[in-house]
Amino acid sequence: MATPAQIENLRKTATGIRINILKMLNTSGSGHTGGSLSAVEILTSLFFSEMKYRANDPGWEGRDHFVLSKGHAAPVLYATLAQAGFFAADELSSLRRLGCSLQGHPSCVCTPGVEVSTGSLGQGLSMALGLALAVRLDQKPSRVYVLCGDGEMQEGQIWEAAMAAAHFRVDNLCAIVDNNGLQIDGPVAKVMGIEPLWKKWEDFGWGVQRIDGHNPEEILDAFATARQIRGRPAVIIAKTVKGKGVSFFENKVEYHGVAPSADELKRALKELEG
Amino acid sequence: MSSLKLTPRIVRGDCLEKPDPKALRDAYGSTLVKLGEKDRNVVALDADLSSSTRTSMFAAKFPDRFFNMGLAEQNMMGTAAGLAKGGKIPFASTFAIFASGRAWEQIRQSIAYSRLNVKIVATHGGITVGEDGPSHQTVEDLAIMRVIPGMTLIVPADAVETGKAVEAAYRLQGPVFMRLTRAKFPTVFTDDYEFQIGKGTVVNEGEDLAIFACGLMVYHSLQAARILAEKGISARVVNISTLKPLDKDLIVESAKKTRAVVTAEEHSIIGGLGGAVTEVLSAAFPVPVEMVGVKDSFGTSGKAEELLKYFQLEPGDIVNAGLRAVERKK
Repeated sequence: MATPAQIENLRKTATGIRINILKMLNTSGSGHTGGSLSAVEILTSLFFSEMKYRANDPGWEGRDHFVLSKGHAAPVLYATLAQAGFFAADELSSLRRLGCSLQGHPSCVCTPGVEVSTGSLGQGLSMALGLALAVRLDQKPSRVYVLCGDGEMQEGQIWEAAMAAAHFRVDNLCAIVDNNGLQIDGPVAKVMGIEPLWKKWEDFGWGVQRIDGHNPEEILDAFATARQIRGRPAVIIAKTVKGKGVSFFENKVEYHGVAPSADELKRALKELEG
Repeated sequence: MSSLKLTPRIVRGDCLEKPDPKALRDAYGSTLVKLGEKDRNVVALDADLSSSTRTSMFAAKFPDRFFNMGLAEQNMMGTAAGLAKGGKIPFASTFAIFASGRAWEQIRQSIAYSRLNVKIVATHGGITVGEDGPSHQTVEDLAIMRVIPGMTLIVPADAVETGKAVEAAYRLQGPVFMRLTRAKFPTVFTDDYEFQIGKGTVVNEGEDLAIFACGLMVYHSLQAARILAEKGISARVVNISTLKPLDKDLIVESAKKTRAVVTAEEHSIIGGLGGAVTEVLSAAFPVPVEMVGVKDSFGTSGKAEELLKYFQLEPGDIVNAGLRAVERKK
């Protein structure tokens, strides 16, 4: 159980990461704002409480693994990895620039701490499953975490992987769905409905939890519960708000793939820095 | 009396008289078991075709290291990528059309772009799949695998080369796509043959014409060379079993020596071996090139030998292409 002080620290870290996301997106002039902001608490809870890793040795054998299946949320991953010490924070300003290590979508070839390359939706869960099987073959205690988008649930490969992970009784795998309810063309429910999502996962044989994806306490509790699930994989459906933390970005479908302007950045920082 | 100049020691001197046909996929299955015995990091995946691809041999021996992924090729490639990231050496198998076509983007994104150490060994390539017809045949796989950056693409000529190529693929760090077939192929090579990724092999020496071939077409090219010899044309036959990285030096050297070229493949003439050879020669040493292959069409049902005739992939077709190429250099 995390102490109130630890939770408070996570909240502070989350705010810092939000600020860095907005700054890097404004500098690059393009990138995915809404879906990065919705996943901040999830990544913060993973990297600053739940997961074991060594930032100075990303390939460390004993590490837990993380796959960002919703690769367009690269800014939140980069800001979190920088905060965790995988690379210097000043590299964040090079996002999406020619020759930089921070590609528009995560690349394991370019960026320390990124374990597999993602960006084409639907593929991360399969890779996480493969990692989980490798870890199990080696009888290591490591766990594998994978963050998916809710729009991503429309990809058929997700359900191929969901079926297989349950079939192989993989219980060192924990998927998190960033359930912000919006995708590029509009509300997920309008574009291509996925509900009842929890029931789909349950029917596929996963241990399902539903939480508030912006509450670090609930997120950490869910990870702890997931660790106790035996003989099947765990999925956490995290209800989130797209654009979370900046009032004029929240629940705005227009900010899926648009970076904040200088004026928007100024107003956003005012809100976040209080 | 053969008037061929077969490369001694590595090519069976009596291969044209005694074809000794063997299944490439059997060589794959048994070699994979050997690798599994040697290295516990070798794992295998299949998509409900393990008895056809022969990964069933590995599955029987190492059930804990075999994953039947069911009819889900995209997830199979992604899972293989994850296993590779976790330090395993996965061999993923299914039919060539489903491996290369159904899961192309997973191979591109999850495997090749991530530079992961996944070996895709696809069986039932080409048209010699036979009766199952165009849905299960593939004349496009070499083109769509060759275009992926960093992919190593291998098309063995016989069972001997298959075993050696599977071992070489295991030793290589990085993604590999290997195309095998359903049909048995005559055995060209002796056990003394040493396969090297990226190296072509002269299997018959000649001065008037160079025939670059892969897969079954290597044997057909030797048969063609014998017929051409009777017509007074000596053909150098080169096995290009690695389509990528391509042995450019050997291709250019052969073109300079003969000044007339034929390419032969059980694949579309678009984007495969013919495409690869002409890409090199058009820049380095332009000479007349005639392509033997499937001419921009899907396959069709039939027996393998009927299909080879129907699609003009027989030795006689290579002879005709050779005559045209030689005529064009005059």
